Order: sequence, then structure tokens, then C-alpha cells
Amino acid sequence: MTTTTHQKYYVPHDSAWPIVGALALLLIGYGAASWISRLDQPGAGSGPWVLAAGVMLLVVMLFGWFGKVIDESQRGLYSAQLDRSFRQCMSWFIFSEVMFFLAFFGALFYARVVSVPWLDGTSNKVMTGEILWPQFEAAWPLLKTPGGTETQAMPWSGIPLVNTLILLASSVTLQVAHVAIEQGRRLRLKVFLAITVLLGALFLFLQGYEYMHAYEDLGLRLDSGVYGNTFYLLTGFHGLHVTIGAILLLVMLLRIVIKDHFTAESHFGFQAAAWYWHFVDVVWLNLFIFVYVL
Amino acid sequence: MSTQITGTLDAHGHLDHDHKPRGLARWLFSTNHKDIGTLYLLFSLTMLFIGGSLAMVIRAELFQPGLQFVDPHFFNQMTTVHGLVMVFGAVMPAFVGLANWMIPLMIGAPDMALPRINNWSFWILPCAFGILLSTLFMEGGAPAAGWTFYAPLSTTYSGDSTAFFVLSVHLMGVSSIMGAINVIVTIWNMRAPGMTWMKLPLFVWTWLITAFLLIAVMPVLAGVVTMVLTDKYFGTSFFDAAGGGDPVMFQHIFWFFGHPEVYIMILPAFGIVSSIIPTFARKPLFGYESMVVATASIAFLSFIVWGHHMFTTGMPVVAELFFMYATMLIAVPTGVKVFNWVATMWRGSMSFEVPMMFSLAFIVLFTIGGFSGLMLAIIPADFQYQDTYFVVAHFHYVLVTGAVFGIIAAVYYWIPKWTGVMYNERLAQVHFWCSLVSVNMLFFPMHFVGLAGMPRRIPDYALQFADLNAFMSVGGFLFGLSQLLFLWGVVRCMRGIGERATDRVWEGAQGLEWEVPSPAPYHTFDTPPVVK
Repeated sequence: MTTTTHQKYYVPHDSAWPIVGALALLLIGYGAASWISRLDQPGAGSGPWVLAAGVMLLVVMLFGWFGKVIDESQRGLYSAQLDRSFRQCMSWFIFSEVMFFLAFFGALFYARVVSVPWLDGTSNKVMTGEILWPQFEAAWPLLKTPGGTETQAMPWSGIPLVNTLILLASSVTLQVAHVAIEQGRRLRLKVFLAITVLLGALFLFLQGYEYMHAYEDLGLRLDSGVYGNTFYLLTGFHGLHVTIGAILLLVMLLRIVIKDHFTAESHFGFQAAAWYWHFVDVVWLNLFIFVYVL
Repeated sequence: MSTQITGTLDAHGHLDHDHKPRGLARWLFSTNHKDIGTLYLLFSLTMLFIGGSLAMVIRAELFQPGLQFVDPHFFNQMTTVHGLVMVFGAVMPAFVGLANWMIPLMIGAPDMALPRINNWSFWILPCAFGILLSTLFMEGGAPAAGWTFYAPLSTTYSGDSTAFFVLSVHLMGVSSIMGAINVIVTIWNMRAPGMTWMKLPLFVWTWLITAFLLIAVMPVLAGVVTMVLTDKYFGTSFFDAAGGGDPVMFQHIFWFFGHPEVYIMILPAFGIVSSIIPTFARKPLFGYESMVVATASIAFLSFIVWGHHMFTTGMPVVAELFFMYATMLIAVPTGVKVFNWVATMWRGSMSFEVPMMFSLAFIVLFTIGGFSGLMLAIIPADFQYQDTYFVVAHFHYVLVTGAVFGIIAAVYYWIPKWTGVMYNERLAQVHFWCSLVSVNMLFFPMHFVGLAGMPRRIPDYALQFADLNAFMSVGGFLFGLSQLLFLWGVVRCMRGIGERATDRVWEGAQGLEWEVPSPAPYHTFDTPPVVK
């Protein structure tokens, strides 16, 4: 425990933004649920509209809430202790995201190591193979499911490899921007942060192109058995996180360019976005290895 | 462990500077840990009665063999929603409420580390449960696959409300994760000078470890409900062998979340009991360090025992043996705790106010639940017990007479600090004895009918179980009614009826929370106290 005297810890006054955020999540949850539950019926009902209203409210809330935080920070209300709270909060949030991806990686490993071989009668599951689907042969990628759905595998060379290089490059450019902000080299910061955002956007564009290719040419679909399931859920949630990360970095870029925010000493908003981006990058490396290559 | 304050508590004499907002806005927009703690506790109490009402429907149907009041599908909805409401709506928010109220007071912090996120975490909960409970009124009814929603019951055979169920669980997860992050950061970063790790009250320690478990496993729950959603609506086959998946995979992922989850619901209760017993035994807690280590060990073990929920669903024998031995290992740190509590009381100068009574009941009855857990951990025995009322008896002993009794003990223990008013001891003692007798009428015979083969989650049963079921139902109704006494006691305190509480409240109470006035001022420890 430090013996320095504490600057008073800033406890904010009442705020309407949290409950606006809760309301936004209510609309998003209810809207998404009613939309999804009517997918098989004609007419979408009100679900998509409720969902859209929720998302818009969430965006309003994020602007309002973060605007308030930025304002408080600029007025010097935040102490070093509060800064530590933010850092720890972001670190634990990223840890929770890691655990979220772990659930889907767990499903991938289970399918590859356990359920698919068992369906073929490996180890003591001979009768499972004999009785359920005697014709089924285990393989990964699972190109023909026991039920007979067929697909083609997505090769790792080509777009996935290019995308890997793009994301790796974006982590490097972001690190250059990070060093630049600490050295107060603003132009360099702006250029490299902008390059990072563009690389992120390029990644997303190529990912979308890859999905189209998969659907139209390879017949690799979300419902193509457990290979397609894990492929789309893992890359899809990763893509969602890239989108969020790119938006975060874009907001940081706009704050730097338009409002001249952040200094060499104080730039946690930027740093948190950078942490998030590096985390997304690490997830991709695992994806590339376990979903595409191996 | 001795905590003595040398710093000045300067905010306390200045209640007029409290800036306590007025009216509804105070509760909607609050950033105050005490207000948000109160909101959490009141929400939890509401959910306790809603979940309890569903249990009353279950017990009414089971009063006699045959189908009396509800059809089997509705019965399944009752068991499912009862479980979800009690786990995510009653027990977990109650602990978060206690954490909100007590952790800043116990560690000398001015508030939670992230007060606005704290408010957001709370207000997501009513939204989540609004969605979940609305499914009861939908065409096709609420989810009916059990609170564990095993695939394919929750996918192929579930109703239209599945999407609402999944999205409401997502919201609960968002709330829990943010709440847990707030707790960890508060404990890590907001301790008063001199409040070193090994001086932390046990309640704070247990909550720190609980919060870690929450952040680690709630995202896994989010993952598994997402897979349920895509399996049901988007044609994936994670849990469908025809597509290369496996329904058993659902159980693996679910219980990887689910087992730490049950410790999330008991570790803070361990912390509460570890606070209460020393106060009423007027002795410091025996084996403080071993309590901390035991809590951490239980948390670690909770990640490697999930398979004991699935002994009968198909696993390699080696894996079953591993899960059996790992599960039995948990008895060691848990035993350390029970012995430490008993040793704390040994030759203590004991008194038996109601928080102590609930804590004593906790020790005995939780231990019964622990022992039946050990029986269930034995693979060949579990083959017999699986899905019988023996399992229902086991987890209700650990969750009702464990977690819920711990929460009730905590409320009686700290409500004088919250409201400034002593609860009515006679009323509370009546509440305690009624609860104690009725809860055992309700759950103890479940061991017998379970061992004799009565299956759980079935609205009808064989005739030989009729007498005991009628007895259990009477116990259930009495237990439900007894909680109205609790409600009455709490409302009395909230309305300020009763004796004024002193600042220390209990003669033997130790710790920073007893150094501030009763009721605790709106803002405490604006300047951190120095703990020696």
C-alpha cells in the first residue's frame, strides 16, 4: 500500500446515462428476440424496429456517457487512483472477452477431438458408429456430415493469409502510433492511427468477400454441419470485435484530429482501444491456426 | 486481525452536505453504492417471492399423486423459471447488493470504483427479468427445459420463447460481469491505507474470488446460450449429432459455467458466516489465513469438477474417475472452513441473536448438503441418484439453507447499520424457528423419496411417495409463509419502527463498517481512514 496522500477519489454525481443504457439493452434484447423467434413466419413484425431503436439509443448513450467522462477527465477531476480503476476495469473486461471466445474454441476442439471421431466409432464408440451412421467417415474439416450435408473446406492460403498479414501489420502500425503519442509526435500518431483503421476496414471488407465466396462457390454455409458452425461463429464473432475495435480506434482518431485530445502523459482512452485491438489480433492468430491451417 | 482507525472520519458530522437527491430520480440515476445496494437487495427480495410463488405451484401440484392443478408442460415451465429466477434473480443479486453496501464500508472506500457502471449493472437486471418473466404470458409459454436447459430440450423441442430466454440470459450476463468487474476493481484499488490483503474481512476476500469466478464463467454461459440460439433458429448443429455435433457437448460447456456458478452462490455466504460467528462468539475468527486459502482452493477446484454433473451421460471412465476424485477433494477446503467456524465458537462467549442463529443453522444444514454432495460424487452411487429427488434435496440444502440462510443472516446482521433501527428480535426469532422447522420438513424427506427412486421434474409420482410428498408440500407452504415474517421485519426497519441502533450495533463486532454511525451516512470515507 502506498503511503502517499490520496487525491480525493472522484465519485460522480447522479447520471441518467446508465439507465438509458439499460433501456437500450432492453430494447435490443426484446427486439432481437422477437425478430429471431419470427424468422420462420412471413412478415418480420415489430422486432427489427425495436432492435434498431435500441441500437440507436445505445449509440446516443455511448456518446453522452463517454462525452461526460472525457469532459470530467479534461477538467482534471480524475486522480491517478481513478486512472488505475479504469485500467483494471478494461483489463478484466478483455479477460471476460477471452473467456467468451474460449467457449467457442472449446466447441471447436470438442467437435474435432471428441464428437466427430466418436461418430465414426473411435475408441470404445464402435457401436455408435455402426448403429447411427455406418457410412460416416470422420475427417476434419468435416466436409460431409453424418446427416449427409456436404461442403468444401476454406483453404488457409489466399484471403485468410492476406487477412492475417493485414491484422499483424495493423498491430505494428498501432504500436508505432502508441509510441508516437508517448513522444508527442502528433502527425506521426495521426498517420499511423489512420493506417491502422484503414487496415481494419480492409480486413473487414476481405472477410465479407471471403464469406460471399464461401457461400456461393464453396457451399460453406452457417448450417453446413459443425465445421461451418464453428467457422462462422468464431470468425463472425471475431469480425464483430474487429468492427467494434475499428470503431473505437476511429473515434480515437477523430478525437485526436478534431479535438486535439490526449497528451503524451494522459491518453488512457487511446490505450484502452489499443489493448482491445491487440486482443482482437491475438484472437485472430488463434483462429487462423485452429480454424484455417490445422 | 485488528483494525483500528486513526484517521478522522470527517464527513460524518456533516449530514447536511450529503446532497442526497430527492424522489424517484435518486433511485433511477444513483451513483451511490448504498442506494444501489438497496436497489439490488429489494430486487432480490421481489424475485425471492416471485420464484417462491412458482415453487408453491410446484408443491401444490405434488401435494397428491396424479395431475391436480397444472398440466405437465406448465409444470416444466414452473421448475425452469423457478430455478432461473432464484439463481440469477434472487441469490446472485442479493450478494451483489450486500457487496455494494458492505465492501466500501469494510475497506474504507468512498464508493465503488466505477459508480455509474454500478448503476448500469443494476438497471439491466429488471430489464432482463422483464423479458424472462414476460415469456410466462406468451403463446406456448415460458422456457420449459429446466434451468439447465439441456439440448435438445432447449433446441429441437423448445417453444417459441427460446429466443427471449436466450437474450434475457445475455442481459443477466452483462449485468453480472460488469458488477463483478466493479467489485474486483474496488477491492484491488480502493482499500484504505493500511488495509493490507491479509487484513481484509473474509466477506471481502470471498467476494473478490467470487467476482473472479463470475468474470471467468459468465461469458462461457453467454457462449453456450448463443449456440442454443443458433441451433434452434439458424440451422447450426453444435448439439446435433447429424451435423457432427453432440448434445453432450452442451452439458460440458454448460457445466463448465455451471459448477463455478454454484460456488458463486455460496462463497459470499461463507464470507458472511465468517463475519457473524466471531461477532457473537466474541472471539477473532479462527484460522483466518486458512480460510482465505480454502476459499481460493475451492474456486480453483470449481473449474475442474464440472463432469460430476454428467456421470450418467457418457464419458470415458478415466474422465469420470478424475472428476470423482477432484470433486471429493473439495471436501478438504470446505471441511477446513467448517472446522474453523466451530473452532471460532469453542470457548467463546456466545450469544444467540438471530444472525447467529441463522449462521449456526447454516453450518449444520450446509454441511448436510455438502455430505449429500459427497455421496453424489461417488460414481456408482450417482448412477442411482442421478435425476432423483436426492439431487433436489442436495442442492436445496446448499442453496436454501446455505446461500439463502446466509443472505438472511447478513440482512439481520447489517440492517441496523443500513436503517439505523434494530430489527424486532422476537419477530426475527419466530421467523428463524418457523423457517428452520419448515425448511427441513420441505427438503429432508426429499432424501428418502429420492433414494427410493422418485424422479425430479415430473408432476406425477408413484403412490408410495404420497404421504411424504404431502408432508413436504405442507413444509413448503409453511416455509413460504414464514418468509412473510421476514418481509414484515425488513419493512419495519425500513420504516424506522423499532429501537435506535448504536453505531457498533453488536457488542462483539469488529471492522470498519461498525466505526461509522448508524444509519451509515450517505457518503462515508470521503477521506480514507488509516487502518493500523
